[in-house]
Amino acid sequence: MSASGVEQDSAAQRAQKKAREQRSYLWGFGLALVLTLIPFAMLAFTAVERMTLWLTIGACALIQVVVHLRFFLHITLDRSKREDLLLILFTVLILIILCGGTLWILFDLYQRMLPDMMP
Amino acid sequence: MSDTTSLIFGRLGWDALPFWSMLTDHSWLSIINGVIATGAAGMVVLGALAAVILVTWLGKWRYLWSEWLTSPDHKKIGIMFIVIALVMLARAIVEAVFMRAQQAVGLDSGFLTAEHFGQLFTTHGTIMVFFMAMPFLTGIINYVMPLQIGARDLSFPVLNQVSLGLTAAGAALVMISLVLAPFSIGGWTGYPPFTELARNPGAGVDYWIWAVTLSTLSSTLTGVNFAVTIFKKRAPGMTLMRMPLFTWTALCTAILMIFGMPPLTVATGLLALDRYLDFHMFTTDLGGNMMNYVNLFWAFGHPEVYILILPPFGIFSEVFATFSGKRIYGYKILVIATMCIAVLSFTVWLHHFFTMGQSAHINAAFGIATMLIGIPTGVKVYDWMLTMYRGRIRLSVPMVYAIGFIMLFVLGGMTGIILATPSVDYQVHNSLFLVAHFHNMLIPGLLFGMLSATNFWFPKATGFRLEERWGYRAAFCWIIGFMLAFFPLYVLGMMGMPRRSVAYFEPQYVPWMIVAGIGALAILCALLCLLIQLWVSIRDRHTNNVFAGDPWDGRTLEWSTASPPPEYNFPVIPEVHSLDAFMTEKEGGRAWRVPDHYGDIEMPANSVMGVVIGLTSLAMAFGLVWYMWWLVIAAGVITLAAIVGRGFVRHTHRIISADEVRTTHERWLERLRQTAPIDRSREQSTDNHGRAMPPVEGAVQ
Amino acid sequence: MSQRPLALPRPQARHPGLNLGADHAHEADSREEMVFGFWVFMMSDLIIFGLLMATYVTMLGGTAGGPGPKALFELKSVLIQTMLLLVSSATFGMASIALKYQEKRRLVMWLLITLALGFAFLFFELRDFHTMFEKGGVPSRSGYLSAFFSLVPLHGLHVAGASVWLVALLGQMAVHGLDAPVKTGILRLGILWHFLDIVWIGIFSLVYLGGLS
Repeated sequence: MSASGVEQDSAAQRAQKKAREQRSYLWGFGLALVLTLIPFAMLAFTAVERMTLWLTIGACALIQVVVHLRFFLHITLDRSKREDLLLILFTVLILIILCGGTLWILFDLYQRMLPDMMP
Repeated sequence: MSDTTSLIFGRLGWDALPFWSMLTDHSWLSIINGVIATGAAGMVVLGALAAVILVTWLGKWRYLWSEWLTSPDHKKIGIMFIVIALVMLARAIVEAVFMRAQQAVGLDSGFLTAEHFGQLFTTHGTIMVFFMAMPFLTGIINYVMPLQIGARDLSFPVLNQVSLGLTAAGAALVMISLVLAPFSIGGWTGYPPFTELARNPGAGVDYWIWAVTLSTLSSTLTGVNFAVTIFKKRAPGMTLMRMPLFTWTALCTAILMIFGMPPLTVATGLLALDRYLDFHMFTTDLGGNMMNYVNLFWAFGHPEVYILILPPFGIFSEVFATFSGKRIYGYKILVIATMCIAVLSFTVWLHHFFTMGQSAHINAAFGIATMLIGIPTGVKVYDWMLTMYRGRIRLSVPMVYAIGFIMLFVLGGMTGIILATPSVDYQVHNSLFLVAHFHNMLIPGLLFGMLSATNFWFPKATGFRLEERWGYRAAFCWIIGFMLAFFPLYVLGMMGMPRRSVAYFEPQYVPWMIVAGIGALAILCALLCLLIQLWVSIRDRHTNNVFAGDPWDGRTLEWSTASPPPEYNFPVIPEVHSLDAFMTEKEGGRAWRVPDHYGDIEMPANSVMGVVIGLTSLAMAFGLVWYMWWLVIAAGVITLAAIVGRGFVRHTHRIISADEVRTTHERWLERLRQTAPIDRSREQSTDNHGRAMPPVEGAVQ
Repeated sequence: MSQRPLALPRPQARHPGLNLGADHAHEADSREEMVFGFWVFMMSDLIIFGLLMATYVTMLGGTAGGPGPKALFELKSVLIQTMLLLVSSATFGMASIALKYQEKRRLVMWLLITLALGFAFLFFELRDFHTMFEKGGVPSRSGYLSAFFSLVPLHGLHVAGASVWLVALLGQMAVHGLDAPVKTGILRLGILWHFLDIVWIGIFSLVYLGGLS
C-alpha cells in the first residue's frame, strides 16, 4: 500500500525479515524456558536456604515477565511503543500500590489482632 | 413447594410480593410498611405499563427500536444513560425523603420497620452511586467528549451499547427488587459477615451483588472505550495539551474506571463465591477474613470517589470559562492537578477504615496522603476563582450551580480534612458527621456538576434552551435544600448520633432532625422544579430554538456544529490550532466556513448487541438471585452465542454519501447566516438562536 | 497563531503484539484502536489477578487445620502445565508470523497446535484440581483453599475463554477468509494468550513454587 508511505519489500528482504522475527520468538522462548527451569530445578534438586530460594523465584519470575513483554508482546523502549510502555508502567505502579498496601495493612492487622493468620 | 415449581421458580415464592407479610401480620406497623412497599412496587409496575402504553399509543415502537435502542450513536447512548440516571435519581430522592421523615419522628420508634429502613438506605446509596452518578457522568462524557475532540463517535460504538445494556440491566434489577422484594439491608458497602449467607440467607444481598457487578462491568468497559477514544480519535492538531479541560477530566476518569473498578469486581465476586459455592473468603469461621473485603471494597471505593468528582471539575472549568467570557485561568496547572488527583486517589483508601485496628503509623501514612489531595483540589478552586476575576460574569443557571458548588464544596473539603485526621476520625466515624461530609462532597460536587452540565449542554443535544426561570428555582431549591438537609447532620454527628439508625432515644436530636426533614422536602421541591423546567422547555421549544449551535458563545469544538448535531457530528473533521479551538476560529473570523471538499462518511451500522446483552445479563442476574438455574444457563448460552455470532457479522458500517452531507451542511450554514448574531445580554431571551456576536474590541478574553 | 502542518502521516499501526506492517496498512487505523483497546482491557484484568494474588497471600495462614500447599500440590504436574503454556505462547508467535506473511495454511496449523496445547493445559489443570479434591482440598474446607480456588481457576477460565475465541476465529476464517476483522481478532487473541502466560508466571512462582518451598 504505497498510500501509507512505506515501500513494499522485495521477496528476499521479506524472507530475511521473517527469519529475523522467527529467531526473535525463539530467543524469547529459550530465555523463558531457562528462567522457568532454574526455579523449578532449585526447588526440586537443591536444599538452599528458604530466603535465597524465594529471592531466586521472584527474580526469575520478574525477568521472565520482561522477556515475555519484550519478545512475545514486542514492548520495547522504541519511541513508537512509548504509549504502551507507559501504560504498563502505570499499571505496575497501581499494582504495587494496591497489592503492597493490601499486604502491609493486612499483615499489620494480623500481627495486632489475629496472630493465627500469620503464615 | 413441589419439586417442579422449585425447579422453575427457584426460591421465588408468593412471600416475595411486598404486601404478603401485611396479610398475615395485622399490626399497624406492618400494615403501614406494607402499604408503602406496595405503593412503591405499584409505581414501578404502573410506570413500566404507562411507558409501554404511551409508546404503543404514539405508534413509536419502530422508531424507538431503530433510532434509539439499536443505535450506536454516542449522542443517543449518552442521552439514554442520562434518562436512566434521572429515573433512578427520582426514586432515590423519594427514598431519602422517607428516611428523613422516619428520623424526624424517629424518637423511640417512628413509622418504618428496621428492615424497611435498612432497605431504604441500602437502595438509596447503591442507586445514587451506581445507577445515578455513574450513568449520569457516563452519559455526559458520552455525549460531549467526542464532540469536544472533533471525533465522529467513540472508538467502540457497539461496546458502548453493551455498557448501556449492562447499566440498564443493573438498574432494572434494582427496580424489580421493589416488586419481588426484598433488597439487601447491608448498606451500599455490603460488608460481610453481615452479608454472608449465614446471617442474610434471603435474596436481598444477591440482588445487591449482581446489580453492582453489572454496573461495575459496564463502567470498566466504558472506561476502556473513553480512554482509547481520547488517545486515538482526536482531530488533527488537537494535541493532549490542547484538549478541553472536560476531556482531560474524562480521560482521568476513564483511567480511574479502568484501574479502580477491578477491586470491586474482585470483592463482589468473592462475596458471591462465598454465598453460592460455600467459599470461606470473608466468613467468620474456617480461616475466612472479612477484613479483606473491607480492604478490597475501598481500594475501589476511593478511586470511585474521584471518578464521581473529576467530571464535575471538568464541567465547572468549562462553565466558569464560558460564562466569565474568559480563557480558563491556569490551564496547565489544572491539567496537572487533575492528574495528581487521579494518581493520589489510589493511595488513600485506608482512610475509610481508620478504626479497623491497624497500627497508628499506617493510619498516619494514609491520613497524610488524604490531606495531600487537598492541595491539587485547592489549586483548582483558586484557578476557578481567578477565571471569574475581572471576567464579564453572566449568572446563568449553570453558573449558579457552579458558584454554589465552589462555596459548599470547599466547606465539605474542610470537613474532609478533619476526617482525614485518624484521631478525629475515631471520634466521629460511623456517625452522621460522616454522612454529612460525603453528601457535602457529592451533592454540591457531583450532582450540581451534572445539573450544571445538563443546563449547559442541553441546547446542544436538543436544539432548544432549558427554560431559565424554573432552572433558577431548581438551583436555589437544591442549594438551600442541601444546606438545610445536611448541615444539621454535622451537628448530630458531633452529638454522637450513629448513621443508619432507624430510631433514637435522645430528645435533643429531634429539632435538628426536623430541620433536616424540611431540607429533604426542599430537595423534593428541587426535583419537581427540574421536572417542570423540562416540561416548560419542551413546550416552548420553538421559541427557545438555538439550531445554530452556539447559544453561550462557547469556546470548544462542540459548539461549532449544529444543534442537535448531525449523526456524524462534523461534516468535515475540524483542524485544531489552539486551545479553545472554536473561540480561536470565531476570533479569527474563520468560523462556519464552507469546506472545500466533502467526503463520504463511514458510520457504524445499527446493532442489537446492546439490547441482547442487556436482556441476557438481566435474565442471568435475576436467575442467580432466585436460584432459577435453567434461566442462568439459558441466558449464559445466549450471551456466548451472541458474542461469538457478532464476530461473524461483516456489515458493521454504512456510508453516508458526500452529497447528503453537503446538502445538510449547506442548508444549515444558509440558515445560520440568516440568523442575527446576538450579544451576551440577550442570551436568555428568545432572540438567542445560537449565533454569538463577535467579541467587543478590547474585551478581556 | 502560526499554522503548523497538521495530521502527520503515520507510517503504520502501532500497538502491542506483533505489528503486521505495510502489507496490511489499509486496515491499520481501526486495528490500532482495536488492539490498543484490548491491551487496555488486559491491564484492567491484570489488576484483578494482582489483587487476587495479594489476597491469596493474606489468606495463606487461613488453613483452619485443613490441608496446606505442601499436602496438595505436585511439582511435576505444575511443570508440565507451565511447559504447555510456554510452548503454546511460542506457537502462537509462529502463528502471528504466518499471519503477517499471509501464509494461511501455516497460520491455521499453528493455531490448531496452540489450541491443542491450551486444551492439554486445561486437562492437566483439571486433573490437578481433581487430585486436590480427593485429598480433601475443597474450597469450602478453609479460607486458604477458597483463596486458591478463586485465583487459579480464574486463570483456567481465561484459557478456556481464549480457546473458545480461537475456535470462533477459525470458524470466521472458514466463512470469510483471512479478512481484516479476522486479522484483528488473531492479533487481540495473541495478546490475550501471551498475557495469560505472564499471569501464569505469577501463579506458578507465587502459588506453586512459593507454596512448595
